[in-house]
Amino acid sequence: MTCMEVIADYGLRSLGIGERLLPRTDFTLCQHFTLIGSGMIWNIYFGVLALAAGFFLSITVAFGKAARNPVARRASTWFIFLFRGSPLFIQFFFAYFAFLSLKQAHPAFDPLTSAAIGATLVLFLNTSAYAGEIFHGALKSIPKGDLEAADAYGITGWKRFRRITFPTMLRLGWPAYTNEAIFLFHATALVFFSGFPAWQQRGDALYYANYFADKTFNPFVPYPILAMYFIMLTLAVISIFGAINRRLTRHLPPERQTRLRFRARQFIR
Amino acid sequence: MFSYCTDPASLEGLAWLSCYLTNGKHLLFYQSFGTVLLLLFVTAPVALAFGFVGAAAARARFAPLALLAKGYTAIVRGVPDIAFFLFFVIALDQAFEYLRHKVKCPDWEGPIRQGSDFVVCSAAKLPLSNSAQWVHEVYGFALAVLTFAIVFGAFAANVLFGAMRSVPRPQLETAEAYGFSARQTFWRILVPQMWVYALPGLSNLWMILVKATPLLFLLGVEDIVYWARELGGTKNPRFSDYPHGDWRMYYFGALLLFYLGLTKVSEVVLDRLMARLTLGQATSGGDAQRKAPA
Repeated sequence: MTCMEVIADYGLRSLGIGERLLPRTDFTLCQHFTLIGSGMIWNIYFGVLALAAGFFLSITVAFGKAARNPVARRASTWFIFLFRGSPLFIQFFFAYFAFLSLKQAHPAFDPLTSAAIGATLVLFLNTSAYAGEIFHGALKSIPKGDLEAADAYGITGWKRFRRITFPTMLRLGWPAYTNEAIFLFHATALVFFSGFPAWQQRGDALYYANYFADKTFNPFVPYPILAMYFIMLTLAVISIFGAINRRLTRHLPPERQTRLRFRARQFIR
Repeated sequence: MFSYCTDPASLEGLAWLSCYLTNGKHLLFYQSFGTVLLLLFVTAPVALAFGFVGAAAARARFAPLALLAKGYTAIVRGVPDIAFFLFFVIALDQAFEYLRHKVKCPDWEGPIRQGSDFVVCSAAKLPLSNSAQWVHEVYGFALAVLTFAIVFGAFAANVLFGAMRSVPRPQLETAEAYGFSARQTFWRILVPQMWVYALPGLSNLWMILVKATPLLFLLGVEDIVYWARELGGTKNPRFSDYPHGDWRMYYFGALLLFYLGLTKVSEVVLDRLMARLTLGQATSGGDAQRKAPA
């Protein structure tokens, strides 16, 4: 079997397209690369969806936490504490079993017990809490002078939010938010190890890497391949977020433009 | 546990619950919370030591050593830590067995990797196949601690490296001017001063470590996640004195509360520690404390 055939058979295996049976004996390097790469589809799917939806909720939460209204402030603070204060791993387990009970109560909840929807929902709420805290911090550190200048020019209300508050908050929070995005992609590797079933062995990259390591009892091949894929993904995230960062800071003099650096903040949730 | 628990089928309500929550398996479940705390308190200093060595190595003048240390921290940060856990727990085990094999059975003929098998002589097995159950458990736990220390050591190395660079440069120059050797400058000037800069990063790391402890489950240790799944699952009247439906949701809800509590306690303690350490320091935090109305 040539490598092209392997790619044709297993390239979309994680979506259930192609060969049904996973390789069982005589594992080749090509099979490792193809299947683990195929699993990356899931990691990207979870990450992109949770990040895109989470962006909006996180901004809502950030403004909620900074609001004068005590109800909104309490609710946002608790939301953030609940999701940042407990491990994502436990959140996945809890959510999965909660969804199972819901499903027993009413069959309409059935889709939630699948990884594609249920796990995305958990990741979405989780990243909203982390990013909400980041944006809340950014909101608090908007220079007072910027807002005073807006007042002086008579910019108020919605216009002030759209032209001054929101862009400044985004710019200040962006480096930390980039970091959050990277670790969200890393966190997607937890999904299939935390209750959510890999239906018909359609799993993510780590699922297949673990499959190979179990079968060959040799961790030195699949895990470095997985690491390579994730480093590539991390670099892609940094370059995309870096491009957005350059756009957000394009009006600033060069010495005040923040450079994105991969920094040590929240690694795991 | 209680005298009235001899016939659980006849019990109702609170009495049943009190017997259920104190049966043998639940006592093991409560012990596993101890396992988690033990892991935290053993891993934190070991990881800090790893991180210290890593940070010192990353500052080394010998370029390959600095490169090695920087590569180690970069790779651990670029890859999901769960992948590292799954990798190291097998890789370390095989590395130890391989080394013991080389030492204990030098005249062994066959190859060690035979297809999908990893074969070492029986004297090199870890733990030895005839050792007691507790040896297996301790070995599994030790592997987990080492794995955690390797991963978190890289994070700690990163934090400490940053802290070492934050110590004002004139401090070190003054030491050099007074004729301190590089070693003396490092130990007497740099190390004592770096902690206040390192503390925010290290407390963040502690929170992350707390939240990483459920991953013990994936390393094959019988921890709280293992027991929550085990105890929460549907229990059939034929096999259990305490039959019940699928209660895993409640068990994991309890774990969620446990971790929230642990986070809250850590936050309070770390805030106090930070307040103590910044007292009188020439940092913005210390300045704010000085100006705050008494």
